[in-house]
Amino acid sequence: MYQTTYHRASSVDEAVSLFGKSSEAKFLAGGQTLLPVMKQRLASPSDVIDLGKIKELQGVELSADTLTIKAATTYYDIMTNADVKKAIPAIAHLTSVLGDPAVRYRGTIGGSIANNDPAADFPAALLALGATVKTNKRLISADDFFKGLFTTALEDGEIITAVAFPVPAKAGYEKMRHPASRFALTGVFVAQTKSGEVRVAATGASQNGVMRVPAIEAALKANWSPSAIDSVNIPANGLLADIHGTAEYRANLVKVMAQRAVAAAG
Amino acid sequence: MGVEGIGARVVRKEDKRFITGKGRYVDDIKLLGMTHAHFIRSPHAHAKVKGIDSSTALKMPGVVAVLTGQQLVDDKVGNLICGWAITSKDGSPMKMGAWPAMAPETVRFVGQAVAVVIADSKNLARDAAEAVVVDYEELPAVADVHAAIKAGAPQLHPEAPGNQVYDWVIGDEGATDAAFAKAANVVKLDVTNNRLAPNAMEPRAAIADYDQAEEHFTLYTTSQNPHVARLVLSAFYNIAPEHKLRVIAPDVGGGFGSKIFIYPEEMVALWASKKVGRPVKWTSDRTEAFLTDAHGRDHVTHAEMAFDANNKITGLKVKTYANFGAYMSLFSSSVPTYLYATLLSGQYNIPAIHAEVIGVYTNTTPVDAYRGAGRPEASYLIERLMETAARQLNVDPAALRRTNFITQFPHQTPVIMAYDTGDFNASLDAAMKAIDYAGFPARKAKAKADGKLRGIGVSCYIEACGIAPSKAVGSLGAGVGLWESAEVRVNPVGTIEILTGSHSHGQGHETTFCQLVADRLGVPISQVSIVHGDTDKVQFGMGTYGSRSAAVGLTAILKAMEKMESKAKKIAAHALEASEADIVIENGEFKVTGTDKAIAFPMVALAAYTAHNLPEGMEPGLKESAFYDPTNFTFPAGTYICELEVDPGTGKTSFVNFVAADDFGRLINPMIVEGQVHGGLVQGIGQALLEHAIYDANGQPVTASFMDYAMPRADDVPSFNLSHTTTLCPGNPLGIKGCGEAGAIGASAAVINAITDAIGKNNLEMPATPDRVWRTIHAA
Repeated sequence: MYQTTYHRASSVDEAVSLFGKSSEAKFLAGGQTLLPVMKQRLASPSDVIDLGKIKELQGVELSADTLTIKAATTYYDIMTNADVKKAIPAIAHLTSVLGDPAVRYRGTIGGSIANNDPAADFPAALLALGATVKTNKRLISADDFFKGLFTTALEDGEIITAVAFPVPAKAGYEKMRHPASRFALTGVFVAQTKSGEVRVAATGASQNGVMRVPAIEAALKANWSPSAIDSVNIPANGLLADIHGTAEYRANLVKVMAQRAVAAAG
Repeated sequence: MGVEGIGARVVRKEDKRFITGKGRYVDDIKLLGMTHAHFIRSPHAHAKVKGIDSSTALKMPGVVAVLTGQQLVDDKVGNLICGWAITSKDGSPMKMGAWPAMAPETVRFVGQAVAVVIADSKNLARDAAEAVVVDYEELPAVADVHAAIKAGAPQLHPEAPGNQVYDWVIGDEGATDAAFAKAANVVKLDVTNNRLAPNAMEPRAAIADYDQAEEHFTLYTTSQNPHVARLVLSAFYNIAPEHKLRVIAPDVGGGFGSKIFIYPEEMVALWASKKVGRPVKWTSDRTEAFLTDAHGRDHVTHAEMAFDANNKITGLKVKTYANFGAYMSLFSSSVPTYLYATLLSGQYNIPAIHAEVIGVYTNTTPVDAYRGAGRPEASYLIERLMETAARQLNVDPAALRRTNFITQFPHQTPVIMAYDTGDFNASLDAAMKAIDYAGFPARKAKAKADGKLRGIGVSCYIEACGIAPSKAVGSLGAGVGLWESAEVRVNPVGTIEILTGSHSHGQGHETTFCQLVADRLGVPISQVSIVHGDTDKVQFGMGTYGSRSAAVGLTAILKAMEKMESKAKKIAAHALEASEADIVIENGEFKVTGTDKAIAFPMVALAAYTAHNLPEGMEPGLKESAFYDPTNFTFPAGTYICELEVDPGTGKTSFVNFVAADDFGRLINPMIVEGQVHGGLVQGIGQALLEHAIYDANGQPVTASFMDYAMPRADDVPSFNLSHTTTLCPGNPLGIKGCGEAGAIGASAAVINAITDAIGKNNLEMPATPDRVWRTIHAA
């Protein structure tokens, strides 16, 4: 790791102010991506501003139609939260298969979506549920937030404060775990809104990061059942390929995981 | 035996310090004035080193020196050696290129060091290393063994034309051809034994400390065999004579073979510590470990097995290409030859065997012994062949094995090994019973109804352990003898120190070796300590590998104990005014048999040291030593059966049951044996399902971190169902065979046989990743 200066911010305003004073600052949430990258000397921020202890970024709130998860809430706290389990159990399930226990105790929802790893789990949940990302400056819909590999709509110095999920009628997430990293080799989140809209998002599959899957959405809109997806053809073109999965295999997983997610959603 | 004697499930003495974080590993050691080394490693698989500019780095804060491969040459530091000479079938010696500890002219794999920065801290050394400019001229590279032997392939070493190290044969080719000519059936199989990265939990590390006044070096290093390290460093590298070099291997966090060898880094650390006049520490990070720890396996094999009309095996032909990587590591040459092809008879009566092994250089990390070392490759090949044969001949796989089992011992195989004892039917029976083999078809049918493909796979392994009879291995080209040494020091108060040439790096010697003493003397193991891993403390010894520490190392301790007990009995007899022949040892006392006359062991010890009343002519003291050279290898064997389900939608494998019935001879501590089997099975399953050290066609490693290289984790493996069917080894007095490698040797074939059974297709390479299994299921 290169020399860096560590700051622990006590409020979002303080974090923004510290960021403005530094030449090349990075915000630190759970550190599950940033710290390994820094250890490998692949990132060299002048300053690291820790958001993890900011009280206003912690916790979960449930209203009649919306589940709001504050940005620095850890996966463990999400996974064990009673409101999460009640309102959107698929999110509790997604969090329970995210990484390993050590990752879940440190990693946060805000850190995950700000990084937008193409194989991260949470981007699929946001996109499929039509969530809204709240920042210190504005509201951004999930459809507008994810902009491709490791790229988001966030501006320099903008801090995610929370994610608001509309409570769906039905939702499910199924994932084939990457055998080494435990990211999603491919994961699919399916959701049916209370108004009957169907949204399906796949992570770990596309070369452009998290993606909607319109063919599966159409099939499920017509018939919400695993067998509705049987005849859907997912082209391998444009999908990721690496030593753990060919593009054809990932195309198959998009379909199979979607079917299982529908089954899990009920 | 008592509660702590042989056969008792004694809790490990060493675990208190390991579990509470009080272990003392090389990286925990800090010396006054210590500097830190950071190696500058080639990013290219093959390149000329045109120049190294360290002028900027040398001006950076805390930098003590930047040393290069050319300076090693200038100082006449020797090249790394390979310690086992193999002769090709044409009678020529193996063809080896030179391996300098840092490359002065040519780099041949990604990660090979060209220079080292020595600085006041690890981070300063790393900072300065980024400022060293190495001018490389890239050369074409080759990573695949078949590509490397093709005409026109990039050449690694001028000494080895065609990248061929040797073309070695074993067995009777004429007899084998004759068997095939008469065969009723021939079974053919091509298999790849995938390359593995060992990944001990503790990465390699070294601290070298040169004492200018004494002209003496101390090396703290992560070694499985500190005396062999000292011998090699002294005899071949021109760094220091043995009496001026102390090698200490303190707590070592796993080896699996990878810490047997002498690597460039500890050599450079020693040399550098003298050059800079300060201690030099180097600790590998995980990526350096992936790039530089000797890899394992990496064979490509074609094999054919001949059967007569009664399904008896009549012959076996094997041709194997072994990938050695870019250089010949310390014992690499022996692994695909004498540690592999000599086990090709498996558990079976095979009248004629012929094997040819072609050793090949490629632009990859050197390959050497890794848990099992050659024997997993042999066992995997034979057990895949047996399963393939059963399918082709349409007979039950277990029955086909039974038809061909060796049942008479001793048994001379056609490939050197003479099996001393065993009961292969007993372990097969035990495993089949444990897994309810007969009930499998019903379970398979039920799984099918649930949409799952269920399979069962048998693997009957045998290995040669207790390495090794010195005379035998010497005649086969080994550069060392493979005996072991021990010293028993009884202190004047009766506590006992055992000095052993074996080295524990996870095996639990500090407990099991004490159990032998407890067994013989009836003293608690708390009265016994094990001293190992320091060449200044312990007499010359050969170290730990090849499942040898109990069969060879503990037998050496037994021999020394017998000498000590013999003297102690004389002292006791003298004190008790009895005949030596009437003295028996019970519960920590020396007793006159049939009487109530006794003297406690500490009083015997005290008498030996006060020397006030010893038998006439007896020397004072109570300390004996022994060297033990085994007469034969030992032959642990057993049957593993794996039952699993494959998800046809994803190709993912889930274990249903995994049973292991092993014959390790006598068990010293069954709990520790079970731990060894668990670990070995996990490594075998890791090879079968997850692990693969991959290079692209240009020799760039693709798997150099745990984000890409899939190590097995707890939730990847099942709970294991273990049992033992024991035949005592006749070759050593304790009847021990060894248990350290069995799991890694036998497991992978059981897993692949089960998956291929489940999916109904025979050709499937390791690792059987979900992607690969899914593609195999859906292949035309």
